[in-house]
Amino acid sequence: MSDKGEPNARRAVVEMLGIEKSFPGVRALNGVRFDLYPGEVHALMGENGAGKSTLMKILTGVYQPDAGEIRVDGAPVALPGPNAAQALGISIIHQELFLMNHLSAAQNIFIGREPRKGFGIFVDEDQMKRDAAAIFQRMKVNIPPAAEVGHMTVARQQLVEIAKALSYNARVLIMDEPTSALNETEVEHLFSVIDDLKAHGVGIVYITHKMDEVKRIADRVTVMRDGQYIDTLPAATTPMATIIQLMVGRELADQHRATGHGTDEEMLRVTGLNRGTMIRDVSFTLRKGEILGFAGLMGAGRTEVARAVFGADPIDSGTIHIHGRERRIATPADAVAEGIAYLSEDRKHFGLVTGMSVRDNITMASWYRFISGRLFMRDTAMDGVAKEYVEKLRVKTPSVSQITRLLSGGNQQKVVIGKWLLRDCDILIFDEPTRGIDVGAKAEIYRLLEELASQGKGIIVISSELPEVLRLSHRIAVMCEGRITGELDGRTATQEEIMTLATQRNAAAA
Amino acid sequence: MSDTTMGKTGTGKSALLSAETMQKAVAFVVLIALIAFFSAFAANFATGANMVGIMQATAVNGVLGVAVTFVIISGGIDLSVGTMMTLTAVMAGIILTNMGMPLPIGIIGAILSGAIMGAISGAIIAKLKIPPFIATLGMMQIARGLALVFSGAKPIYFNDTPNYGLLSPESSISKLIPGVEIPNGVMIMFIVAIIASIVLNRTIIGRMIFALGSNEEAARLSGINVDRWKILTYAICGGICGIAGLIVSSRLNSAQPALGLGYELDAIAAAVIGGTSLAGGRGTVIGTIIGAFIMSVLTNGLRVMGVLEEWKIVVTGVIIIVAVFIDIVLRKRT
Repeated sequence: MSDKGEPNARRAVVEMLGIEKSFPGVRALNGVRFDLYPGEVHALMGENGAGKSTLMKILTGVYQPDAGEIRVDGAPVALPGPNAAQALGISIIHQELFLMNHLSAAQNIFIGREPRKGFGIFVDEDQMKRDAAAIFQRMKVNIPPAAEVGHMTVARQQLVEIAKALSYNARVLIMDEPTSALNETEVEHLFSVIDDLKAHGVGIVYITHKMDEVKRIADRVTVMRDGQYIDTLPAATTPMATIIQLMVGRELADQHRATGHGTDEEMLRVTGLNRGTMIRDVSFTLRKGEILGFAGLMGAGRTEVARAVFGADPIDSGTIHIHGRERRIATPADAVAEGIAYLSEDRKHFGLVTGMSVRDNITMASWYRFISGRLFMRDTAMDGVAKEYVEKLRVKTPSVSQITRLLSGGNQQKVVIGKWLLRDCDILIFDEPTRGIDVGAKAEIYRLLEELASQGKGIIVISSELPEVLRLSHRIAVMCEGRITGELDGRTATQEEIMTLATQRNAAAA
Repeated sequence: MSDTTMGKTGTGKSALLSAETMQKAVAFVVLIALIAFFSAFAANFATGANMVGIMQATAVNGVLGVAVTFVIISGGIDLSVGTMMTLTAVMAGIILTNMGMPLPIGIIGAILSGAIMGAISGAIIAKLKIPPFIATLGMMQIARGLALVFSGAKPIYFNDTPNYGLLSPESSISKLIPGVEIPNGVMIMFIVAIIASIVLNRTIIGRMIFALGSNEEAARLSGINVDRWKILTYAICGGICGIAGLIVSSRLNSAQPALGLGYELDAIAAAVIGGTSLAGGRGTVIGTIIGAFIMSVLTNGLRVMGVLEEWKIVVTGVIIIVAVFIDIVLRKRT
């Protein structure tokens, strides 16, 4: 932390000015600026959807900006593709690593530009290993160049990615949530590698949600919100609360809030749920008629908790009580039999059989009820019931024999809801219920969820959109890194409170 | 489309369905065109005897095609249908000739042994998570080996079961309607096809098979016991292979243990030509039967025209590629 702030004396290695980018229907970036000096760590923060990834995709040549200027070493540059960015020494370490598991570290680092020998016919494996070893030595890490990448820990794979970036003479290294899959020791090791890179004059863009990491390694912080540049501040002297406030910033005063609070009757109690590092000692209850919001940033473990409760993934430990009785839920079939339904954010893969009709999808979890003579499907009866739900949920479809793939996102979501209502499920877990759904349909889905709660269903809503969580929830559980870091009353909670809990690494600090 | 409200059922016959119907229609037109072509240019093609010959040649491939259609729609593949057919024929031979049991027991034995072997394939795939290609490749060899071991690598003749010819070469219908010389094996193929079609379209089994092939994970998350239905699918496939085993051995009046290899590829080809998608979730029994007919009309027509037998294999290969290409084009258009 010796050389924090005030790098103005030197020249920025990267400057981005007035960057604009729109996608059909969305203004992703609106006049954003960003700069980076050699040897500094510049943290880029903001909620999911703030535009951080889009900005970095522009800097790495993946997207082309609609307007704005990018300067490298003070000179305007065009970045028509990732190769152009790489040639200028700009590299990115993605959250998901892109390595070939069956190749060695050295082979991965030099993929596509292997040193040759014997008139360029053969790959000079020895030279490649020597070059890789030299880079690893510079990074002060101990990875054998011949080791197969697939057998390494994620932390070491990440170091191979960094080595690969350095082999391109990277002067700008973008790291997208690099610690999300690392343990404490590995994080410390990564930080020492970062410190070393800084000392060598490499500029690092550090995308993260974690406040303590920003405090630990960043020199400056730039906050983005809703595709806009908000502010750039010195990391060491700015209070966390200020950064959080800048991140959530928007006014919610006039927003409709949840009013009810459910009943006292407990429907679901989860105690001491654990699954690897993704779910750590999670306990919560859900009451009849209640909407329980699960807030947190991406990767906080909310989806994992939902899938575990639903029996879709195995758990290490934990108990589940339904209506006061302990139940063993090992498969989705067990969960459904107990009246638990899970509505995935990825409807196309996990919610619907998109090649089948609306009728077949609505009745899918209840097909056993529509069999005559133990074998034959009562299609006419199914048509009738499906029509009933299509009308009740106001699904817009020309008929119940319409193939589900052809419906809009909001209507597909209603079909999935119909499926579980028909199956008599009274505990409904919604994972990002309005993802990929347009604004008008969103309001309708909200009303539907409230209606279901008032009819006595227990509803869990996982959402990364704070306004959505606040709009719907009677009670809000906030998760960070597999733990529930706090619980808030939905009627009084603020975005700042949620964001503080969502960026808190240890529940103890709550 | 998004603004229309609930209409009459059936008005929403989707683009997907029509693509499927189109594919079937194309296959059917190709079949008719082939028949017309050979009738015009091959002198002895359009004779009653030759037509019966074509049908007879279609019977075994048609039934195996129906068997594998079940599995392919469910998103899997079965490479063992050919040797499974042989194994079930050998089982029939053992039960009828070696053990001297009555014909119905032999029939049940053949079908049941096929179903059991199929269920084993299904269990290996569902429970051990071994890819269907590999599991049934293994089962193909296991069935081939068992057929040779059980039979002592020698043909088993059905000379002690005089009625065995009823299963294929004889024509019962010609006794009812004189002049219609359709062999029983062909009639069995049509009956199998009709029942299979009903099972696929009207029963819970068919619905599950389509759901598995379309999106197995969504089915699992709907609380469906995916493993159980998968095992049943392969068992049905095996059972139908047993019927094919009966037809082929009846026609040859013997169970030939060395037979069977290569039949699986013809069966898969029939299904694919008929519009069944190897990606799963789509396919029809009628399409497969048309596909099987296209293949045997080609074989027969080229032979009658005096074209070298081997060319038929080349043409079949071309037809498979063209059929799948047409499928892709039709699908893109919608």
